[in-house]
Amino acid sequence: MKPAPFDYIVPQSLEEALGLLHDLIAQGVDVKVIAGGQSLMPLMNMRLATPAALIDLESLSGELAYIEEGNGLLRVGPLTPHYRLEESPVIARACPIITEAEALIGHPQIRSRGTIGGSLSHADPSAELPLIWTLLEGRAILATKTGQRVLRPQEFFISYLMTALAPDEIITEVQLPVALEGVGQALEEFSPRHGDFALAAVACQVSLDEAGCLRGARLAVGGAGPTPIDVSEVLEGYRGEAVTEKLALAVANQMVTHLDPPDDLHASREYRLNLVRELGRRAILKSYQRCLRTTDV
Amino acid sequence: MAEFNTKSMSYVLRVNGREYPVTDVEPRMLLADILRDTLRLTGTHLGCEHGVCGACTVLVDERPVRSCLMLGVQARGRNIETVEGISDTDSLSPLQEAFWEHHALQCGFCTPGVLMTAQHFLKTHERATRQQVREALSGNLCRCTGYQPIVDAILSLVEDASGPTP
Amino acid sequence: MTRLGESTRRVEDPRFLRGQGRFVADIEFLGMLEGMVVRSPHAHARIGRINAAKALRMPGVVAIWTAQDLPRPCPIIPPRLSSTPELQLALQPVLAETIVRYVGEPVALVVATNRYVAEDAAALIEVEYQPLPVVGEMGDGAVNDPVNDPLHPGMSDNVIYRRRFVKGDVETVLQSAPHRLSLNFQVQRHSGVPLETRGLVARPIEDRIEVYGPTKVVHFNRSVLAQLLGWPIERIRFIEPDVGGGFGIRGEFYPEDFLIPFAALKLRCPVRWIEDRREHLMSSNHSRQQDHSVQVGFSDEGRLLALCDTIWVDSGAYVRTHGVTVPELTQAMLPGPYDWPALDIAVNVCLTNKTPTGTYRGPGRFEGTFVRERTLDAIANELGLDPIRVRRVNLIPPEKLPYSNGLTALGQEVVFDSGDYQAALDRALMEMNYTGFPDRRRESAKLGRLRGFGVACFVEKSGLGPWETARIALLGDGKVACFSGLAALGQGTETMLAQIVASNLAMDMEDVLVVHGDTDSVPTGHGTFASRGAVVGGTAAYRAAEVLKDRIIRVGAQALEAHPDDMVLKESAVFVRGVPAKKISFAAIWAEADRLGIELDVEERFEAQHMTYPYGVHCAEMEIDPLTGEFRVLRYGVAYDVGRAINPALVQGQIVGGVAQGIGGAWLEELAYDSEGQLLSASLMDYLLPGAPEVPDVEVWLTEDAPAPSNPLGTKGSGEGGVVGVAPALANAIVSALGISDQVACQLPLTPERVRTWVQLRKEGGL
Ligand SMILES: Cc1cc2nc3c(=O)[nH]c(=O)nc-3n(C[C@H](O)[C@H](O)[C@H](O)COP(=O)(O)OP(=O)(O)OC[C@H]3O[C@@H](n4cnc5c(N)ncnc54)[C@H](O)[C@@H]3O)c2cc1C
Ligand code: FES
Ligand code: FES
Repeated sequence: MKPAPFDYIVPQSLEEALGLLHDLIAQGVDVKVIAGGQSLMPLMNMRLATPAALIDLESLSGELAYIEEGNGLLRVGPLTPHYRLEESPVIARACPIITEAEALIGHPQIRSRGTIGGSLSHADPSAELPLIWTLLEGRAILATKTGQRVLRPQEFFISYLMTALAPDEIITEVQLPVALEGVGQALEEFSPRHGDFALAAVACQVSLDEAGCLRGARLAVGGAGPTPIDVSEVLEGYRGEAVTEKLALAVANQMVTHLDPPDDLHASREYRLNLVRELGRRAILKSYQRCLRTTDV
Repeated sequence: MAEFNTKSMSYVLRVNGREYPVTDVEPRMLLADILRDTLRLTGTHLGCEHGVCGACTVLVDERPVRSCLMLGVQARGRNIETVEGISDTDSLSPLQEAFWEHHALQCGFCTPGVLMTAQHFLKTHERATRQQVREALSGNLCRCTGYQPIVDAILSLVEDASGPTP
Repeated sequence: MTRLGESTRRVEDPRFLRGQGRFVADIEFLGMLEGMVVRSPHAHARIGRINAAKALRMPGVVAIWTAQDLPRPCPIIPPRLSSTPELQLALQPVLAETIVRYVGEPVALVVATNRYVAEDAAALIEVEYQPLPVVGEMGDGAVNDPVNDPLHPGMSDNVIYRRRFVKGDVETVLQSAPHRLSLNFQVQRHSGVPLETRGLVARPIEDRIEVYGPTKVVHFNRSVLAQLLGWPIERIRFIEPDVGGGFGIRGEFYPEDFLIPFAALKLRCPVRWIEDRREHLMSSNHSRQQDHSVQVGFSDEGRLLALCDTIWVDSGAYVRTHGVTVPELTQAMLPGPYDWPALDIAVNVCLTNKTPTGTYRGPGRFEGTFVRERTLDAIANELGLDPIRVRRVNLIPPEKLPYSNGLTALGQEVVFDSGDYQAALDRALMEMNYTGFPDRRRESAKLGRLRGFGVACFVEKSGLGPWETARIALLGDGKVACFSGLAALGQGTETMLAQIVASNLAMDMEDVLVVHGDTDSVPTGHGTFASRGAVVGGTAAYRAAEVLKDRIIRVGAQALEAHPDDMVLKESAVFVRGVPAKKISFAAIWAEADRLGIELDVEERFEAQHMTYPYGVHCAEMEIDPLTGEFRVLRYGVAYDVGRAINPALVQGQIVGGVAQGIGGAWLEELAYDSEGQLLSASLMDYLLPGAPEVPDVEVWLTEDAPAPSNPLGTKGSGEGGVVGVAPALANAIVSALGISDQVACQLPLTPERVRTWVQLRKEGGL
């Protein structure tokens, strides 16, 4: 289990990295960027990925690893490693569901090097950050040598481990809305072992109106299809209603009708749906309770 | 200008406070292999080479890292610590002593990786619960001990914040 | 001074804690090359043309061998244990010649300057395969389905071995029994998966070859290599390095054990081979896969009347070194600690296109204990009795020991030697506060959780002979060297031997140098397996130390001009009793003996006529989340009688570590295949080993109630008792939590998904 040979390239700036990427692609070179390597390196060691050239983005950390908050927007540099998200007070305040999620992502050693940009680009449908990014309808800035575009999760994720990223394109920023005062977020997941990719995960964000009834409602599911799936519309249907056990159960039951998870080695379709139902119920109730705790209704 | 490396390259690694020249190696060489085969620091082990077992755990700039998922060249300019650097004297460090006392190893193959994870955990925790220690160890598989004595050894060095057992 | 029965620290540990262990992959010689095995991607196929020309042209590639390039006929690996003529038909060649029979079977060997280059080359070797139909499943389908031609020439079908044992008129007893139950059980394929993969370094020196990396049965394997190379054994030196866990699977003779020395000899230079994890999962022995169809008859009080079990064992594509050890042990140990009036146990061993199998810690008992103990709970459930009560009425009482169950295992009749099975059960239940369980169950119910309590009783076997020797010599500096034929795979063998010798000679164990696993230093030995180390090798060391002690006393008495009866040993010296000033150190004894011409170098051999049988009880208390099927083990305990513990901390370590492996086998681990015979769990992402958060704290209650009558230390083995009872303890706890029994928790692993299905059954059952 050793990687096949490759040219190893260390760019000095983002601009240079994009230029190189562009040129090499144009020459027909199978080039890949590497960030933390926590998804790419296992694939390379197993020779399931054999890029002929590797552009190491780590040298751009000065430029591309940051966590900034302003104007209701959380802007995160793609090279920000998991552990910095985990330990960041800004994240804990502005997007506490990420803090909650980080503790569930792999192990301390993985979080030392794996990055948010790599996590989105790798696009594992069970991964936590893609799910949260979907839940919150974040944005990603994608850049090539010639320009930039901004994509939403629905546009970015295409299928299992497939994204809209062009071969010469790099995520240069991940954006998330700052959680407003009074918002409650929760992530519920089920994995065979601590730190494994989840068999299923549900993330929820709610806010309440003056009467304590449902106002803002976001809901997304991971591990139950080829990409994270936004099922907020189901919850939105209950706007203005009191959040009760019964509502949570009804939403959870409805939610699974939108899903078509596959059977695989670790879980059957049936069981995944069952998990999603149960995790959904829990996530809704938990985010509601967190709402209550932060609002003076 | 960007640095291009194709067939072979040379660099310097700082391991356990010492600078080691690494000459004429391919960029694809994993940090673990550079440590083991080039620098002959064979305390760092390889148990899976795909990031799951933790036997290859070393500290890079004080963070625990899989040396099987990092290239040697990526460790240039970093501070690498391996099991060989835990104690540079004749005596064992308190962590090593605790492992010895608690029978926290059997075959010893996982031990170097576990020790490096524990080093980091102890640096960042003054108190801990059993559960926290177990979670901190989730990235280090041990097939012999059942983990319990490892948890005991680590907990003996921090304030135990676990409640009474049920 | 070190004592027996003391939980001393281990002598091995400091080197490991400093990263100075010397595992096989740490060994390096000048000019060493790296071997890599090219493996079949097909489960069953005919090999066509192999073209290695492109690979051979790569810089750094030194040689490539296929079966065509090996000596003719292609060397075949002989069995070590339990063989029959029929089994000989299915032995594995070191490289596949015309047909590959499992994914991962060696097809070629590449030798290159390093592993990176070897993998580059392997990718360039072109092998043509014509796929053949795959025998994927064992059992009647594999036998009767005409598609499934026998996998090997000369076989009439794919059932390679059948053995049936009958005691009493089972049919009549079953017919007339007041109650009968039929149950089907499945144990999934899984294995030892030590953290260190296999590896070897072979190094030719003049007219000899040194092989680093063998373990477990070093001497036996040396003789196999000698046979396959056609060499006298003296020209082969096997050296056991530090070993990262064995668990039964490591140290058997595998194809690489021939290929690597062969390549080193051909190339006249050192060759190293280190298996990667993917290779490990598809080529090292698998184990455990069995189906059982049980019929059991019992009385109103739950008294066992008859057991009939038909066992199918999926043995994989070849018969490896263990022959049919696992099936035989399954059969022989299935009755367990109970007094069965009638038994009918049949095993059928079936070949399939999967990785061949061997032993894994607790072979046959992990499987059999699960089947039997789960059956006992099913009986209790059927009768509405407490499962504990059903066990109590059937456990073999102490006054019936020694007790033969009539079966044989490893060539010996199974005779349980000593013990009080009931006492072990009482102890475990008392420690677990079983009487308080109903209250705790109610508390859990209030939180919507199902609480369950499960027990499993077991008897283990240990101390397999035939014999082991130990040589002990006093050295000039007053230290002692102990040479043993045992192997060390992480259990603390060095500590165990040093402790026995040191305690006998009244010295510190740090002053005992243990030498093992080097065929030049220790010419004979049987190795370490089947929990035999302490019992057989330990006893040999104990005896040798006794003899040496006598001689030391004799020399001391002469030197101090006193009577031998007045001599006492203390702190590596001989004293005259009551006269502390009159003493002579061991170093001086050595010089004195040298002068007197007395040999202080003794060898003793311990012949173990019979195995000895430790026993115990596993208990688990758990809570199930009925909505996800997730369970949490709240308490786990093992009562274990070791006869006598040489080092209780080591025994405890064996039990706790064994339980963790049992947890893996009961809950997480599975070597799964698809219908094409592709291994689906070929990485540690998919083969789930339990991590620290998954393993509960384990309480161990060691008792020393029943010393082994057959050895002077009274010790029984402790290597396997931790693993064997976990699956039934957990399964029975699940059953207890759910309150239903039939055909529930009869399949392993007990995944949350399965538990959730059983929860659903319970609902449908209207409970
Ligand atoms: C044992 C183990 C357990 C894990 N468990 C979990 C888990 O439970 N949950 C979870 O979410 N993750 C888990 N991971 C994966 C981890 O989170 C990775 O960090 C993450 O998936 C990828 O981030 P990376 O920076 O390492 O990316 P890399 O591995 O460097 O790259 C991954 C892919 O993204 C591309 N890429 C990287 N950065 C960019 C960019 N800025 N622009 C465009 N493309 C880019 C690369 O070309 C590559 O194709 C686990 C990993 C391991 C080894
Ligand atoms: S060898 Fe690096 S995690 Fe297993
Ligand atoms: S001590 Fe053997 S793997 Fe941990």
